[in-house]
Amino acid sequence: MGKLGVVAATGVAMLTLAGWMRPPLPAAQGGATISGKVKFTGAKPAMPKIDMSEEPKCKAKYTAAPPTDEAVVVNANGTLDNVFVYVKSGLPASYKAPAPAGPVTLDQDGCRYHPHVFGILVGQALAIKNSDGILHNIKAKGTKNRPFNISQPTTMTSERTFTAPEVMVPLECNVHGWMHAWLGVLPHPFFSVSGSDGSFTIKGLPPGTYTVEAWHEKYGAQTATVTVAGSETKTADFSFAAK
Amino acid sequence: MIGALLGLGIVLRFPLPPSLFPMQDTTRGKTVYVKWCAGCHGDGGAGDGPAAAHMLPRPRNFTGALYKIRTTASGQLPTDADLMRAIDEGLPGTAMPAWKGRLSDGERRDVVAYIKTFSSFFADTSQHVAALKFSSEPGGATGAAALDTGRQFYDSIGCRKCHGDQGRGDGPSAPTLKDDAGFPIFAADLHQSWRFRGGGSAADIYHRLRTGLDGTPMPWFSDLIDQKFLTDEQLWRLAQYVRSLSPPEAPEVRDVIHAPQITRTVPASPDDSVWGRVSRYWFPLVGQVVRKARWFAPAVTGVWVQAVHDGHTLALRVSWDDRTQSPDSAWLGFEQRVLETVAGDDSAPPKAEPWPDQLAVQFPRHIPDGMERPYFLMGSETDPVYQWRWTSRPRKSVAGLARGIERFDTLSGAPAGQASFDHGEWRLVFTRALATPDTANEVQLEAGRAIPVAFFGWDGSSGEHGSRMAVSTWYFLALDRPTPPGVFISPVLAMLVTLGLGLVVVRRARRRGTAGAGRRR
Ligand code: HEC
Ligand code: HEC
Repeated sequence: MGKLGVVAATGVAMLTLAGWMRPPLPAAQGGATISGKVKFTGAKPAMPKIDMSEEPKCKAKYTAAPPTDEAVVVNANGTLDNVFVYVKSGLPASYKAPAPAGPVTLDQDGCRYHPHVFGILVGQALAIKNSDGILHNIKAKGTKNRPFNISQPTTMTSERTFTAPEVMVPLECNVHGWMHAWLGVLPHPFFSVSGSDGSFTIKGLPPGTYTVEAWHEKYGAQTATVTVAGSETKTADFSFAAK
Repeated sequence: MIGALLGLGIVLRFPLPPSLFPMQDTTRGKTVYVKWCAGCHGDGGAGDGPAAAHMLPRPRNFTGALYKIRTTASGQLPTDADLMRAIDEGLPGTAMPAWKGRLSDGERRDVVAYIKTFSSFFADTSQHVAALKFSSEPGGATGAAALDTGRQFYDSIGCRKCHGDQGRGDGPSAPTLKDDAGFPIFAADLHQSWRFRGGGSAADIYHRLRTGLDGTPMPWFSDLIDQKFLTDEQLWRLAQYVRSLSPPEAPEVRDVIHAPQITRTVPASPDDSVWGRVSRYWFPLVGQVVRKARWFAPAVTGVWVQAVHDGHTLALRVSWDDRTQSPDSAWLGFEQRVLETVAGDDSAPPKAEPWPDQLAVQFPRHIPDGMERPYFLMGSETDPVYQWRWTSRPRKSVAGLARGIERFDTLSGAPAGQASFDHGEWRLVFTRALATPDTANEVQLEAGRAIPVAFFGWDGSSGEHGSRMAVSTWYFLALDRPTPPGVFISPVLAMLVTLGLGLVVVRRARRRGTAGAGRRR
């Protein structure tokens, strides 16, 4: 190998090293934002009360009002809670997801899952925490991901990861038949969940035209097409009607 | 054309390594599958063959690649050896038969390769498939300390939530359980290890606890070892405790119930101590599928029967596992799901109702001289049978003549019936005089004769009533004669015999006592 060759090789090695040593990419590779609200129209359905008498420890955590089923949560301002909003398609083929930061935590507290609807990146750790200290089993029932069914008889945390994008992976506890959560597994970080004011925000999008989907466990999915450029913010509102 | 055939001939003449011929097994496997498996598992492997609609549990849907009996971690694919084992041994307690001996080794290997083609997971090389490392069983399995440790973890993990305090599948969460396809699923009755899907030995149980049963609510517990909640040995103790709940051997079906004669009056209570000293006989029951409406998912899987007499009265004790003391409103939703899952052949849409539990004991009206007996399925119009029938609500027993499934005419002389329900087990004692005035209709129970007897069971909370029941075939009841008075036994010999017997009884009782201590808490 000539001198030039050695220099070139060293250069390549250094470049690789530099790339390797560079801190993980920030979550965003662009500066655009899509945000909006998820409205709800029609009569607010009455959700059944959950009888937790079998689990006094959990029951005791609801002093104000008895817990109710979380399938439909309509907010005070007439918006819909727990809607998973995400970029379904439109990212450039060259797009590379950033290495996921720390784990996403799912807490079992008061015999309910917190959060009830949430998202995670492929390969990112899901930390499943039992704050109740009573037996829960956590079953993931994905079809694109292999399932799992673990048991946690005490306060403890278990970690799992998902290998394939899937919207949504149902999570459930069979000891407490009312416990359900929904997990969106995506190859990118462009997702959000509507909160207690019905709003969502997806940040850091590269410029482009996207299909954005809003998914609700009872009312199904809706899509919208949104084009963003630079660091602008575009609004996309969704509206679900009572069935 | 000829060239192509010749070419093929050459290729076939020089066999290539099997990996280059992956289609070879699967094509042969398909032939086996279509012939032997598709009727239940469906042409496309979706578990929806023509016979599937009558089954609970349903045949496996191979497209999801979820398998119960594995040596791999929760959620991992099974190894080929796991699939082979399930096919060889079948899944006890379900419609899945054992195929070893019915299909050749090659055929079974090929069909394994074929069922894997129904799911793309098997072709996905990123799937991690590795058998877990299992330790071997520590000794001392039946010692009281071992069983105590096992019981302690049964409680601290919370197995009772699904399996119930005594393990009969009657835990508070049991009525809500569904499998991943949404079908109702029973938490296993841990007193019937011979019906466990993956085998009934302590090692089999330990393996299932390590791996869980994918596609069902039953989780794996290997994580708990990693997290130091319990040690591997303690998990073995738990498996051994679970094993101790069932008889040491799968019950053998014997044809004749021997009713010894006792010197005190017969016990009318199901919880009398006499029953602890009398042999029990196991009789399996099966779904009634002869007459409409047929029933394919019988909940009462069998009955344990004991009998004694005192020369005047017979006491017959029948005990059976039943998760519910029906009617039980907590199980109505489960009952509805069972009725919707198991296609019946009556036209009315299935509707759960609060049926009681029931049990019937059947005899011919007269002890036959030869082998002639009335039709086992509740006799016929012209040749009725004499039956004792018990219901849980109202709690009562009646006697009558059955003339086929549809017709039952009550007689005035009812047997006394006393029942108790304890943690998923019914214990019922019928008592009746050996001789009765109505000799035309009521069987006269003569000592020393073979009296035909059959059993029927209904679990109200599974929607069972009328023809939807579990049935047995005819067996025999024999009332033992007292030792004939003419037989001379030397006093010394008699003393030795009684002494020896006494020792045996005491030792038995002690052994039961210790086993029982671990068992009942
Ligand atoms: C009479 C119906 C019937 C036939 C015929 C039948 N099966 Fe099954 N099979 C079942 C049922 C029911 C189950 C599910 C049992 C359960 O879930 O507990 C099952 C389960 C299985 C499983 C899953 C085992 C596991 O660990 O989950 C395999 C593998 C299987 N069958 C293979 C076969 C093959 C191969 C054939 C043909 C040679 C076959 N079966 C024929 C009824 C049948
Ligand atoms: C969330 C409910 C649930 C919990 C908790 C649970 N099980 Fe199970 N278990 C089940 C169900 C449902 C089945 C039946 C699966 C089937 O029919 O295929 C089962 C089956 C079994 C079997 C039979 C395995 C076989 O081969 O068929 C054993 C043994 C068993 N469980 C033991 C335990 C023990 C010991 C614990 C506690 C450490 C436990 N289970 C906790 C629901 C549960």
